[in-house]
Amino acid sequence: MARGIKDKVAILGMGCSEFGERWESGAEELMVEAFEEAIADAGVDASQIDAAWFSTHYEEINVGKGGLPLSVTLRLPNIAVTRVENFCASGSEAFRGAVYAVASGACDIALALGVEKLKDTGYGGLPGSASPLQAQWAATGSAPGNFAQLASAYRAKHGVSRDDLKRAMAHISVKSHANGAKNDKAHLRKPITEEQALNAPMIAEPLGLFDCCGVSDGAAACIVTTPEIARSLGKSNVVTVKALQLSLSNGSESGHNSWDGSYFHTTRIAARKAYEEAGIRKPREEVSMFECHDCFSVTELVTMEDLQLSPEGGAIKDVLDGFYDADGQIPCQIDGGLKCFGHPIGASGIRMLYEMYLQLQGRAGPRQLDNPTIGMTHNLGGAPMSNVAAVCIIGAL
Amino acid sequence: MLQIKARYDLPGRSMEAVDCRSSDASLMLAPHSYRLSGISMAGISAFGGYVPRLRLARQAIAAAHAWSDPAIKGRGKGERSFCNWDEDAVTMGVEAARDCLGEGQEGQPAALPEAIYFASTSFPFAERQNAGILATALGLEGDRLSMDVTGSQRAGTTALMQALAAVSGGMVADALVVAADKRRAKASSAGEFAYGDGAAAVRVSADDGLLAFRGGHTVTVDFIDHFRAEGQTFEYTWEERWIRDEGLAKIVPPAIARALEKAGVEASDVAHFCMPSTIGRAVAGIAKAAGIADGAVRDNLHAVLGECGCAHALVMLLHALEGEVKPGEIVVVAAFGQGCDVLVFEATAACSEARAAGGLGIRGALAAGRSTENYQQYLAFNDLIVLDKGMRAERDDYKTALTVTYRKRDMLLGLVGGRCTRCGTLQFPRTDVCVNPQCRAHHSQEPYAFRDEPAQVLTWSADYLTYIPNPPSHYGMIAFDNGGRFMTDFTDVDVGELEVGTRVRMMFRIKSVDSLRGFVRYFWKAVPVRAAAAANAVATG
Repeated sequence: MARGIKDKVAILGMGCSEFGERWESGAEELMVEAFEEAIADAGVDASQIDAAWFSTHYEEINVGKGGLPLSVTLRLPNIAVTRVENFCASGSEAFRGAVYAVASGACDIALALGVEKLKDTGYGGLPGSASPLQAQWAATGSAPGNFAQLASAYRAKHGVSRDDLKRAMAHISVKSHANGAKNDKAHLRKPITEEQALNAPMIAEPLGLFDCCGVSDGAAACIVTTPEIARSLGKSNVVTVKALQLSLSNGSESGHNSWDGSYFHTTRIAARKAYEEAGIRKPREEVSMFECHDCFSVTELVTMEDLQLSPEGGAIKDVLDGFYDADGQIPCQIDGGLKCFGHPIGASGIRMLYEMYLQLQGRAGPRQLDNPTIGMTHNLGGAPMSNVAAVCIIGAL
Repeated sequence: MLQIKARYDLPGRSMEAVDCRSSDASLMLAPHSYRLSGISMAGISAFGGYVPRLRLARQAIAAAHAWSDPAIKGRGKGERSFCNWDEDAVTMGVEAARDCLGEGQEGQPAALPEAIYFASTSFPFAERQNAGILATALGLEGDRLSMDVTGSQRAGTTALMQALAAVSGGMVADALVVAADKRRAKASSAGEFAYGDGAAAVRVSADDGLLAFRGGHTVTVDFIDHFRAEGQTFEYTWEERWIRDEGLAKIVPPAIARALEKAGVEASDVAHFCMPSTIGRAVAGIAKAAGIADGAVRDNLHAVLGECGCAHALVMLLHALEGEVKPGEIVVVAAFGQGCDVLVFEATAACSEARAAGGLGIRGALAAGRSTENYQQYLAFNDLIVLDKGMRAERDDYKTALTVTYRKRDMLLGLVGGRCTRCGTLQFPRTDVCVNPQCRAHHSQEPYAFRDEPAQVLTWSADYLTYIPNPPSHYGMIAFDNGGRFMTDFTDVDVGELEVGTRVRMMFRIKSVDSLRGFVRYFWKAVPVRAAAAANAVATG
């Protein structure tokens, strides 16, 4: 049995750019914005960073390939910079690289930085991309259409009417908009009503406009070190990594008739392993708050069950009961989530950690929760039938 | 000039000679071509048809153009079939062939046709044999003859004539003849009203089958009723009255007489005369001149279908065969185009129960139609208006890696996946490692065709965001009853029609078109199985 990552790595500093339609900024400016906040928060100098991991998804419309864009943009001191890409979970992947480097003892201080510049395409939504073989047979698809399919299977499995599902999905989005309104770095900062959510234009049945997250520009950064070095640098209130797990599909969901289409097979595995690594036995009671990969409202809904926070088939009731609202038992997307903070793909996993970190340190301003001790992030890349699920748990040392 | 003189001895029969000339300058004076008279060692043994689901009310065309030509209102009667955006002559041909061959042909190589003749005047590829696409889609690649027949509105009957010659001559044991057309016509043109899209397929075997071939005759004359030059999108047509009086009336009746003479059949014995023409009463005049009873002239299906190009003579033949031709009856099939083909058949006892092997046939396909008055949609699907498709339509991955297309051709064109020989799990695509979590065997999979496998919807959505010529884009996971699944596009689906559990069948369709390079990608899509189609309606015509 591997010993795991628990309490071996501390977060020294974090930063996050404003997310949104950053017409005035390119990826480079966004990277600098996030990095400056992180390095100031960490209280170290860039010359003290031993290695960096850099996440971005779309290379062709973004900064290009390799680690050079980060190294050159930040004028890093000729250290190793590794570019990682794991779909929308790329940010968590960059964080994992930095954390493992410190945990192994190879590095004292490591940087993870993720960025995505999406608003240079000329339209909303995400560009398509496919391999030479995929392009010749893979179904026509967009992200909303892929995730919308969860709704059809979830309804069939649990006998849920379209109206009931739509109402729960609307509540999820109303909640995230209410949270995002208190976040001055968020892309979407206006509260919405349930009626607005229910009556929005259809994007992909049954997902309306307000069931879909924003397409945003942004960057987020995290500097990690050991708890000992953090303390030696004068840090109190140290936040450490309790668990960090990834699970990837292997084609079973998309190719073998053993998955019913209503849940995330990988999220269930990553969550089980993460709870084990962190020593959490009763997630519904022990997790203080979490950021889930709410690319679409229905994703958030089914993920609550996959993370063992709601019982199977019970997410709709929990959502409508306000269990995940800001004043509920386990606040979810307290920063607005992908839905409202925004979703610059390569940055999102680190952005989720940013909010959990601020909350654990009592620095979340008008969004601050009462004494949270365990924060969890769930970062998902791909589509329900084939994906990368990352679950990370952080907390006070 | 080609001449073949030979003696063939086939089991139970012998044949004097085949005298085959492809052209003759003095044809009208000395009509003479295929000397197949008296030979009855080839016949049509199976058939299948396909008509696209969409039917446009001609009233919608007339209403749209009456402002410029009030007389056009008179044409606004009945309806014509038209292709969905993802259909063309090849996809329709594949479906007609499937309807003809029946399902579950995999693993029965002995029962597969030895030759494929594919006729169309609207092939998507001028080079890249279209019959080859069809062959791979049907699992018929390999040691067999294939050819495209094109260039004239009698390409369908010419293909059939060639197949009958090849089979009766002993070159091949049996042949598949497919004809399909999706003719282009300018908006508001006579052709737009008159044409329909559709396909027919027949199987020719070395026996009498359902329809025994009794004789045939071809004349070749460069009579230009219309033409379409290389590189031209639309045809150019001459005056109807001239076509009727100088062309049809003078070229066809003598050819019929010659064919009947070779077959040893009296014109008065003809019970079914299947000949397309978009010119009203022209065929009735031909029948009269040839001595064929007026009652034998078959309905050209103008009211419900429109003329399906060079496939239409066969479409009319199938329509007759599906329930109306009685044993012993004489059936004449003719088509006009730079001359004329005439084929004479005699129905056998087997034809009384004739039905498409796949179960749909022309009548079944006609019954499964969906009528619409959405002329704008027809215009859009036929590229007759310049639409703003939006930036999402500007994708850069349309260039097709032909290396991949070739490597994976059984998968992409034939929907062939894998069956694990270790655990039996069906899977798509076929890979080197079994998908079954309990197996994971390496290199264990044998090819397995999914195209005829029953399946149902597992998940779905209707996507209004992504670009598709016929929004919303329906796609989702389908699960095959016997194992295997994948995310697929749905087509021919109405908004609100899909549910988890909806039964679907796979159809060969256009996946995407690279308009920059002119390449069409094909793949398979799922279509809801509807009661109308499943019932194989027999009462429509």
